[in-house]
Amino acid sequence: MQNLWLIPALPFIGFLINGILGRKLSKAVVSSIAVLSVVLSFGLVVSVGLSSDWGANPIHQHYFTWIQSGGVNIGWDFMVDKLTMIMLMVVTGIGSLIHIYATGYMAHEEGYYRFFAYLNLFMFFMLNLVLGANYLLLFVGWEGVGLCSYLLIGFYFVKKSATTAGNKAFIVNRIGDFGFSLAMFLIFMTFGSLDFGKVFAAAPGKPAETLTAIALLMLLGATGKSAQIPLYVWLPDAMEGPTPVSALIHAATMVTAGVYMCSRSAAIFLKAPIAMDTVAIVGLATAVFAATIGLTQYDIKKVFAYSTVSQLGYMFLGVGVGAFSAGVWHLMTHAFFKALLFMGAGSVIHACGGEQDMRQMGGLKKYTPWTCGVLACASLAIAGVPGTSGFFSKDAILTAAYAHAPWMFWVGVVTAGMTAFYVWRAFWMTFWGEYRGGHASAAAGHGHDAHAHADNHAHADHHGHDDHAHGGQAHGGHGAHGTPHESPWSMLGPLVVLAFLSLAGGFLFNIPKFLESMFPLHEEVANEQMLMGISIAAGLIGIAVSYFLYVVSPEVPARIAGALGGIYTLVYNKYFVDELYDATIVQPLVEGSTAVLWHGLDQGVIDGAVNGAGSGSRSIGGVLKHLQSGNIRTYATWVVVGSVILLVAMGLNGGMVR
Amino acid sequence: MDPQAALQMLHKGVPTSWYLALSAVLFTIGVAGFILRRNIITVFMCIELMLNAVNLSFIAFAHEHKQVSGHLFTFFVMVVAAAEAAVGLAIILTVFKNRSTLNIDEIDSLKN
Repeated sequence: MQNLWLIPALPFIGFLINGILGRKLSKAVVSSIAVLSVVLSFGLVVSVGLSSDWGANPIHQHYFTWIQSGGVNIGWDFMVDKLTMIMLMVVTGIGSLIHIYATGYMAHEEGYYRFFAYLNLFMFFMLNLVLGANYLLLFVGWEGVGLCSYLLIGFYFVKKSATTAGNKAFIVNRIGDFGFSLAMFLIFMTFGSLDFGKVFAAAPGKPAETLTAIALLMLLGATGKSAQIPLYVWLPDAMEGPTPVSALIHAATMVTAGVYMCSRSAAIFLKAPIAMDTVAIVGLATAVFAATIGLTQYDIKKVFAYSTVSQLGYMFLGVGVGAFSAGVWHLMTHAFFKALLFMGAGSVIHACGGEQDMRQMGGLKKYTPWTCGVLACASLAIAGVPGTSGFFSKDAILTAAYAHAPWMFWVGVVTAGMTAFYVWRAFWMTFWGEYRGGHASAAAGHGHDAHAHADNHAHADHHGHDDHAHGGQAHGGHGAHGTPHESPWSMLGPLVVLAFLSLAGGFLFNIPKFLESMFPLHEEVANEQMLMGISIAAGLIGIAVSYFLYVVSPEVPARIAGALGGIYTLVYNKYFVDELYDATIVQPLVEGSTAVLWHGLDQGVIDGAVNGAGSGSRSIGGVLKHLQSGNIRTYATWVVVGSVILLVAMGLNGGMVR
Repeated sequence: MDPQAALQMLHKGVPTSWYLALSAVLFTIGVAGFILRRNIITVFMCIELMLNAVNLSFIAFAHEHKQVSGHLFTFFVMVVAAAEAAVGLAIILTVFKNRSTLNIDEIDSLKN
């Protein structure tokens, strides 16, 4: 009998030690506590996985009753079934690698202990999210990871753009969480319980309309956390956080929570076909939409951020067409290669002394051969080249999509082509050609800012650099834009492990087979070989086109951009969605609140009532004060008048009562 | 009422209503003096006049109803009046020392 509670408790202990004492501890101690706590919890997960026989009944442990009020009985219960196991492996496994990577990446940053304390807190909440055996525990983790995401996006809190991005992530997620809360209320109303076991057992007998409403509200929650249309806008801005955070939270684990929740609630979703279709369409739309934006971006982290949004769309497509296991498979392989892409990007940024603009890179192959190699693995995997992990999961999703509706397959294939194109575009721009940075004698940040302004896109989030200036002190005093240099082994080690997983993860972990008892496998599609061929071809064409455009004849993209004109501007500026939201939601809210709530309600009604009571009393008192003349004879007159009035009144009432 | 009848009535004793009428007249004079006069001493005397008008009513009723409580009240009033006279005259002397005036309308520091 394993103690499941230890799995999240270990990172929490790490958080407490680092959070409370970290300021006084040396960096070596802080990082070893943080890394050890997560690695130990990974070890526990592995031992739970090995000791379980994976029978029909999941491991279920009840610790204490958390809330007991009337009909509400919510226990602190943890549960491990196969789906949870996959999530636990991904979260703790990738989490361990990223913690190790971060010890190298963050080595010269201020607030080292704070970073690792937040990171451990994140692990605690994320493990709570996947282990929880009822919706409320899931929600605790759900909110907790949102908090940590906010804290870590705003890690460089002296930067205005970072704090704004943190706020944006938090506020946008509130909208989704609102949906999730409503879904929970509705679940409780319908089922009288929030326990997964009871809810899913009773789900088939409930009316489809209620289940559809629950599923749609859950989807709203998932669009917030997993960055789907319409709430995806926070994720690209979240790249303001340090790169390990982007890799761990905003690529591999937290953003997949929505996919996990939908898969976990499969019993509800399967009874709500309308909601399923909505999930599929939202996922597909997000996949295409984000992929087109990814085609045009120059900030290496932005490219991967939109790629993440797009790949999450794929997972939702898989869930939406009923291929839950394919969605979860893609979740896992995506965690491998996207974490690798981000950490590789971090290594590149590290190498270039904080530069994130790919136009300032190029030719890094000879300076950073290891980074180049591992990023090639990740890029092959995400492009779906046969044999790599991404190929298996993507193919599983696309096949399921074809079985559901062929048009979804075709859109998915086009997206796959675009994915291959933009990832390899980033790869060629970064590693091939000549090194384009280093020409500026000015400091890194300054030179880049000037560049950005020159290109007339001085939008706030284009300066999405995480102020990563370790070049200077750490590596022998060369300037920030000096010769690029390879990263230390603490960073490269995890990259190599992930590169292996990205390539071989599909062979090693056959998730649909593993999950077969939970999610039945899809029926065979007639011409599966052909579909596979088409999706492979799309990926290879994407790579080939990017090679042609960015290596063979690098002057062509600019011509294409020029030829497309308005469309290019539209896509380059991310369809102006941020501006649209700003104009339609944020500004009306701000102005409405200013006019109605601030000036109208607060200053008008509330302050008016208080000040009115005050000034009213003063003016009444101003009149009444003249009664007190200080003249005794006037007082006496009042007394006499009063007596006369009393006497008259008594007389009118028939004299004194006996 | 002819003089003969009046004499007869007096022979039996002065009726209570006459005392009460006198009391009312005295009280009214006191009130009028209090309101109309400006000299503090006069005002003070008017207060004494009102007190004694009330005393007269008390005595008259006590005699009418053959009860002793009216007399008791009268003694109370006289004691209070004596004390009041002592304190009041002391205040008046102090006010005159400080302000060199006994005009009650000029002593209005406590206004508004």
